[in-house]
Amino acid sequence: MSEKHSAWRNDAAAKVTGRARYTDDLKFHGLLHAVPVYTDHVHARIRAIDTAAAQRSPGVVRVITASDVPGSVTFGQILRDYHMLADDKVRFNGDVAAVLVAETRERAIAAIPLVKIEAEELPPLLDPDEAMKPGAPLVHEGHGSNVVNHHVVRRGDAAAALARCDHVIEQEFRTQFIEHAYLEPETAVAVPRQDGVTEIYASMQHPFSTRRFVAALLGVPLADVEVRTVPMGGGFGGKDDTVSVVAARAALAARLTGRPVKMTYDREWSVRESYKRHPYRIKYRLGFSREGRMEACEVRVVADAGAYCSVTPWVTWRSTVQCCGPYDVPHVHCDVYGVYTNNVVTGAMRGFGSPQMNFAIEQLVEMAAEKCGISATAFRRKNMLRQGSVTITGQTLDTHTVSLEQALDSTLGQVDFHDKYKKCSLGRSESDELYGIGYAISYRGMSLGAEGMDFNAAVINVQFDGSILLEAAVHENGQGAESAMVLLCAEELGVSRERIRYRMPSTANIPDGGTTVASRGTIMGGGAVVNAARALKTKLAELLAPQLSCKPDDVRFKDDHIWGKDDSHTLAFGEAMHQLFLMQEYPYSFGTFKAPKVSWDEHTGQGNAYFTWVYGCQAVELTVNKKTGRVKLLNMAASHEVGRAVNPAMVLGQFYGGMAMGTGYALFEQIQHEKGKIQNTNFDRYRIPRATDLPEMTGLIIENADPLSPSGAKGVGEPTNELMAPAIANAVYNATGRRHFALPIRIEPEDRP
Amino acid sequence: MITYVNGRPREVGAAERSKNLLAWLREDCDLTGTKNGCGIGACGACTVLVDGRPVRSCRRTVADAEGKRVLTIEGLAREDGGLHPLQQAFIDAGAVQCGFCTPGMVLTAHAFLLQHRNPSREQIRKAISGNLCRCTGYQQIIDAIEAAAPHYR
Repeated sequence: MSEKHSAWRNDAAAKVTGRARYTDDLKFHGLLHAVPVYTDHVHARIRAIDTAAAQRSPGVVRVITASDVPGSVTFGQILRDYHMLADDKVRFNGDVAAVLVAETRERAIAAIPLVKIEAEELPPLLDPDEAMKPGAPLVHEGHGSNVVNHHVVRRGDAAAALARCDHVIEQEFRTQFIEHAYLEPETAVAVPRQDGVTEIYASMQHPFSTRRFVAALLGVPLADVEVRTVPMGGGFGGKDDTVSVVAARAALAARLTGRPVKMTYDREWSVRESYKRHPYRIKYRLGFSREGRMEACEVRVVADAGAYCSVTPWVTWRSTVQCCGPYDVPHVHCDVYGVYTNNVVTGAMRGFGSPQMNFAIEQLVEMAAEKCGISATAFRRKNMLRQGSVTITGQTLDTHTVSLEQALDSTLGQVDFHDKYKKCSLGRSESDELYGIGYAISYRGMSLGAEGMDFNAAVINVQFDGSILLEAAVHENGQGAESAMVLLCAEELGVSRERIRYRMPSTANIPDGGTTVASRGTIMGGGAVVNAARALKTKLAELLAPQLSCKPDDVRFKDDHIWGKDDSHTLAFGEAMHQLFLMQEYPYSFGTFKAPKVSWDEHTGQGNAYFTWVYGCQAVELTVNKKTGRVKLLNMAASHEVGRAVNPAMVLGQFYGGMAMGTGYALFEQIQHEKGKIQNTNFDRYRIPRATDLPEMTGLIIENADPLSPSGAKGVGEPTNELMAPAIANAVYNATGRRHFALPIRIEPEDRP
Repeated sequence: MITYVNGRPREVGAAERSKNLLAWLREDCDLTGTKNGCGIGACGACTVLVDGRPVRSCRRTVADAEGKRVLTIEGLAREDGGLHPLQQAFIDAGAVQCGFCTPGMVLTAHAFLLQHRNPSREQIRKAISGNLCRCTGYQQIIDAIEAAAPHYR
C-alpha cells in the first residue's frame, strides 16, 4: 500500500465530472476543421504539389501549402530548421505537405487522397553512424553536416588513466525510440480575432513556445498572438514543438479563411509526426582499481536526432553532464553527438537524456563491483557523490544537502534488499520462476541548467474583498502545477487556499516564463510565487503597520489575518484589503525568480552545470519465467529528494507515474520503423503499461529544503522516470544471470541456463 | 428511436443512427466528458456505460444504443450536482492528474463496483486493465476504487 496523503487539486472536481473542457471540446461559431496531408516518402525532393482536385472536393474551403505562408515556413527552439509545411524536401515520413481545411472533419479527411505530391526519391539516411560519415548525403544541405551538435567533458587524462587501471570494462549499450503516449493527441484551435490578434487554444506545455511558432509562420509580432491555456491530456515533454507546429498551421488556416479553425490529430497522425525519445548508441570504457575505486571513464554517444533539431543539443547536453552517473570519477573523456537522419524527429521527453545514460552506467557499476568481488552497494558507496564532492564537470556540491546515500538507504531498507538479494536465482532455480531484486541510483541537475535561460514570473492580484487571483508562468500539464502554486501562495500569505483562484494564464497577461518541462514547474514557478507573496507582504506591512500599532517588521500573516506585534492587534484578511481600498492602494504584486548563476565551457565540458541537484534510488523485485521469458514485477519502491513536498499526494503521483513509464521503457515500448516509416502508430501495437503489468508501488519522499529555492522545493517529475530501466535490468541479471545491454529488454526463453 | 442518455430520453433521427456513438455524444449531445484517445477501442478513454456495462463508444454506432440506457461521466454526479462517492474518492486519493483517462476510468470502476462490492486490489487491477493511463501508474486510481467500494455495499 502506498503512503497516504490527503490530496487536493484545484481542477480535480472538473476532471472527475467531465466538466473540464479540453481543446477538442471547445466549440466556436463558424468553426472549420483542418487535417494534415502527409507524403508516402521518407526522404525526397518535392517537385510539385497539386491541390486542384482537393480544392474542388465538397466541403473543402481551402488547401494550404508552404507557398501560402506569409511568414517563415521554418522555425525551431534552437535551430530554425523545422519545416512547418514541407516545401523543398520531405525529410521524414511525418512531414506535412499540405493542410486541408473543410466545413467538417469528415469532408477534410475525404479530400486527403486528392492532393497529389510529385517528388523525387532521395536515399534515406536511417542510421546515425552512417549519417555522420564524411560524404554522407545531407538531411539539411544548409547545415553543412548531419552532425547537429557535439558536447564534451574533458577532465584529467582518461586515456592515460585507463592504461594503468587494474580493470577496464568495455561495453556498448543501445536504446530505442519511444513515444510519449499522452492520452490526448495533439490538438489546437485558432480564432482570428477582430482586433487582428490570433487566439490559440491548444494541448501544449509551453504556451510561449507555441506563440513563437505561430508568430513565425504568420510573420507577425508576438503581441499579435494570444495563447490561452486549457486543460490538457498529458505531455511528458512531448507537447512542445509538435503541437506548436499544429497550432501554427491552424493559425495560418484561420488567418487565410477568416474563420476559427480546429486541428485535432488522431492517434495515428500523432505517433507518425510527433517527436520521440532519442535512441542512443553508447560506448563505455570504465576503468577502476581492484579495490573498486572508479578511476577513468571514456564515453562516446551517438543520438539519433531524426529529421529536425528540436531540442537535441539540450537533451544530449544533459547526457554529457550526467554521463558518469552520481559518482566521483577523476578522469573523464566524453563525446556526445546528436545526428540528423530521416527518422522521426526526437526531442524532449521526461528524463531528457538521462534515462539512456542511467540504463548504461547503473549496470556498469554492478559489473565492475562483480569484477572486484565486492557488493554493488559497497561499490556504489565507495564512489558516490557526497556533501562537498566535486562532479565530473568540476562543480562542488555544497549549496544543498547531498542526499544520495540517504535515498539509497531509504529504498534498500524499504524493500529489505540485503536479505532478499540472497534469494536471487542468478540463473539457478528448481522451479520455472527465477527471482531477482535490483536497484539503481541517480543524481539529476534541476531545471534547465546551463542549457537555457531560466526564469519565471508570478502575479498576485488581491481583490478588495480579500479574494485572491494568482497566476504564474507555468503550465498545468496534469501534474498539479496550478495546485502547487496555490498552496505555496496560501502558505506564504498565511491564508486558506479556498481564498485563491488560479487564473489560467494567457500569454497576453503573464510574462514568458519558459517551458513547463525539466521538472522546473514547482522550483521556478513556485519560486516566483513565493517572491511575489513576499513582496506583497512587505507592501502590506508598510501600509497596515500604523493600524496595527507596530513597526512594519513586526507585522505577521497567519490564519487568514494580519497581526501586529505579539498578536495584540489584528485585521481579518478581507477587512485589511478593504482598508487598502480606502487608502487607494493596490494589493497587487509581481514576483520573479531567476535561477542562480550557472556556467559551462563548451570546449572543456567544465562548469557549474546546474544550480542544484536531486538524488534518488529505485528498486524492483521480479520473477522471470524460464520457459516463456516473461517478466512479472512483484514490488517497486522509490526514494527521491524533492527539497520540500508542497502537495505530497501529487508528489507521489509523480513517483508512481514515473516508475510506470520507466517500466514501459524497460520492458515493452519501442517504435518500430520499417525503412523510415513507423509501423506501430496506435495503442493496439504500441503497448504502454496497463494496471495488470504493474505491481504495488511505494514512494518515499525525502525532504531537505533547498536554500537556493525560495520555496525550498525542487522538482520530481523526471527523476522518477530515469531509474526504473536500470533497476529492472539489474533485477533481471540477478534473476537470470544474464545482462541485457539493449532496450527494451527482451528475454528469450533460450536465455535460461 | 429513443435512447436514454443520463436518464433522459433522447430522440434519434434516422440519419443519426449510423453515426459513431462517441462522436454523437460529443457533438450532438454536447457531452464532451467522454474522450477520444485512440479511435480504435484500445485505450478506454471513450468508455461509457450502456445498460450498466462498459463499452468503447468509439467502436459503436448510435443504433447500438437504441432503446438502451447510456451513462456518461456527466450523468454520474447526484441530481443536486454533488459528487458521487466514487468521484470524491478519485479526488481524495490523488487519482487525477491530466484527467483525460479519468471519465472512462471512473465509469469502468463504477460498473465494476456495482458487481463487486468487496473487491481485492488484484481484482481492481484486472477490472481497469483495459483503461490506459499514462500519468498515474494506476496506484492512486486503485487506492480510490478500493476506498469507494464500501459505498456500494
